[in-house]
Amino acid sequence: MRKRATRVVPGVGRRRFLASGAASGAGLLFTGGAAALFGGCDRLSAAPSFRELLQRTEALNQRVHRTLLWRGALAREYAESDVSTPFRPNGSKDASSLPPDYPARAAGGFADWHLEVTGPVLRPTRYSLADLRQLPARTQITRHDCVEGWSCIGRWTGPQLSTVLSHVGLHPDARFIVFRCADERPRWVRGVNRYYESIDLVDALHAQTILAYEMNGAPLPLAHGAPLRLRVERQLGYKMAKFLTAIEVTDRFPTVGRGRGGTWEDDGYEWYAGI
Amino acid sequence: MRATHVLNAIALALLLMSGLQIFNAHPALYWGERSDFERPILSISNSFTAEGRPVGITTIFGVAFQTSGVLGWSRLNGRPGPRAFPGWITIPSIQDLATGRLWHFLVAWLFALTGVVYLGYSLAGGHFGRDLLPRSGEWRHVGRVLATPLSHQTVEGSSPEAPRYNIVQKLAYLGLTLILAPLTVMTGLALSPAIGAAAPWLIAMFGGRQSARTLHFALTWLLLLFVIVHVAMVVLTGILGGGLINGVRSMITGWYAVPGNAASDVSRPVAPATAGRAIGELEP
Repeated sequence: MRKRATRVVPGVGRRRFLASGAASGAGLLFTGGAAALFGGCDRLSAAPSFRELLQRTEALNQRVHRTLLWRGALAREYAESDVSTPFRPNGSKDASSLPPDYPARAAGGFADWHLEVTGPVLRPTRYSLADLRQLPARTQITRHDCVEGWSCIGRWTGPQLSTVLSHVGLHPDARFIVFRCADERPRWVRGVNRYYESIDLVDALHAQTILAYEMNGAPLPLAHGAPLRLRVERQLGYKMAKFLTAIEVTDRFPTVGRGRGGTWEDDGYEWYAGI
Repeated sequence: MRATHVLNAIALALLLMSGLQIFNAHPALYWGERSDFERPILSISNSFTAEGRPVGITTIFGVAFQTSGVLGWSRLNGRPGPRAFPGWITIPSIQDLATGRLWHFLVAWLFALTGVVYLGYSLAGGHFGRDLLPRSGEWRHVGRVLATPLSHQTVEGSSPEAPRYNIVQKLAYLGLTLILAPLTVMTGLALSPAIGAAAPWLIAMFGGRQSARTLHFALTWLLLLFVIVHVAMVVLTGILGGGLINGVRSMITGWYAVPGNAASDVSRPVAPATAGRAIGELEP
């Protein structure tokens, strides 16, 4: 008897649940849609519950991409003749968002520049520009898609991030790679606030993820992040941190800044920028 | 079916408005793989006259138009300022690319999923074959249908029993559901750098990422044009024929009353425009 009852009741419950779920879902969409259409969009955008829904969609999009798209897929590489001239820089473009001594250091060929690689790694290492130039390099002509919508094509040269990471030896706990930058948000926004960015190991170990010290056959220009920038070819431009100073390997999602994994992310952009 | 109809209309409006927010972040369109900033197909910008008066400028194929007040320079909350599409048609109204993108990618799921449900249901349920597929003898009616004034078009069409789509309607609906809407989704997907890497053919079939972006923009307006004409037709045929409320009600509920049916005003199976069952058959 008891068994029978438990068999029947859940059936009814499920049906009722589905019906009420469908009804409330439709109701929510109707009111949401209607509110949005009649000027409530801005209020909805600011509502914490709606923001949570938006952020859940972001996580869903990432999961769908990671599940459906082949993780080793290479971004298209182009011919030399496809390179954009000029290539529009984005983010920090000049000395105004860099430390005061930066132009002088650039003029000196970044002789005193170092890239620190730290975190749960076997051999924390400090690389000079010369050290990085001695590593096997990859050259790729790829399309840079800005979140704003435009695209430029450039030729980038530098060691694969995977080469550097295998050199320092990742601890099995390592999950994210955080990039620290020399450029700052303009001071009037939030005081001194150095740019940072992060990616997971799927992108960090991807063949086209490189630390570029050359652009179009010349040392990386200041506008494009001299002396070293990240290239993550299957994501949007804002993920490709410029003016690199340090790489931190972490075992958890980075909690620096506002805790959203990057300077742009802290301003509301998606952490997964594959869309 | 009804639900997908209404949900898609809402989704389309939200996608248009959040899409224009995204467009406003870089209000220029190009052809090919990359952006040739010197030669956009279309661009919206602002400038100042010799007297220092701000003007909105829209340039299409190198020809500039003054579009102050709407495109390039418009008021938002009473304050004039530079913005490509005006704040009243973007989500959010202020310039906020990050939030506009989140809206767009949320509602895109709604649009795509209702589209899949509609297509699946229509194919499985025979809606396409029964109601939309043109029959061999119908093609020669295209000219006649187009030439017939709306006031003489009858809702019943070929059958006195129930309304049927005419050949022009069939072609319009097939074009929308099988070509226009899928192409809009595909050009949108082609803009994702991750999808572009995994499926390079998607970008290639549209002639490059910037071409895909331009087509995505153009297809949006074709979809909007369809919706405007579609609603206008329902309203007009409603006024001229079976009654406005009848037509609009059928769009939302699926119940269309066939005029002149003595037994009941609303007891005939509904066809196409209105597909579904007659009100008389409504379950309790």
